[in-house]
Amino acid sequence: MTKSELIDAVARRSKITKSRAEEVVNCVFDSMTKALERGEGIEIRGFGSFTVRQYKPYNGRNPRTGKSVPVPEKRLPFFKVGKELKELVNDGTGTIELDDEDDADGDLDGDDTDD
Amino acid sequence: MTKAEIIDSVYENVGGFSKKESAEIVEAVFDTMKEVLADGKKIKISGFGNFVVRAKKERMGRNPQTGSPIPISARRVLTFKPSQVLKGTLNPHKSSAGQQPGALPPRAGEGSASS
Repeated sequence: MTKSELIDAVARRSKITKSRAEEVVNCVFDSMTKALERGEGIEIRGFGSFTVRQYKPYNGRNPRTGKSVPVPEKRLPFFKVGKELKELVNDGTGTIELDDEDDADGDLDGDDTDD
Repeated sequence: MTKAEIIDSVYENVGGFSKKESAEIVEAVFDTMKEVLADGKKIKISGFGNFVVRAKKERMGRNPQTGSPIPISARRVLTFKPSQVLKGTLNPHKSSAGQQPGALPPRAGEGSASS
């Protein structure tokens, strides 16, 4: 689902126009972005929480060449899934959509925020 | 930041919705996202990030107290990958996404090698 599909779904669900739904969805993610920018966490009960983690500078590697690359200090948002959503996802039976990674983001510092 | 604050932000910034309507639409946003993720589908919010469901195979873990191996059952987990835009917002000092001008390999032994 893309953001515009989410907007369509919210419009249908709340019986409002798409442009009104778009304003709300944009406002939701804008305010979340601003909170993270301030270094503030976000807690959405039943969904999950976001925290900002501060990383010290370290030497990473270019995964293609194996060369050492200095990685400056940085802040990254970190998402922890909430209990309810965690259970919903784990109990789900629908076919999992693969992460097609079509939005290439040239991560050279190997900081793929995975577990 | 809590969901109540997101609702306030929608109420104040979008306009034309009562507090109650703002609350209902914000709920619709997160409820829709939960249903989509429970169905194994991913959600891509441009400028914010992607929520992706992943299937994990069963693997062996350890009881950290006793050190004895215990199987961790196969499960579905939700991961969040922040977008480059969001990462950039949290790290304004860092030059934009992926392209580090200084990342060229140092050319060794470059000197006047003219015969």
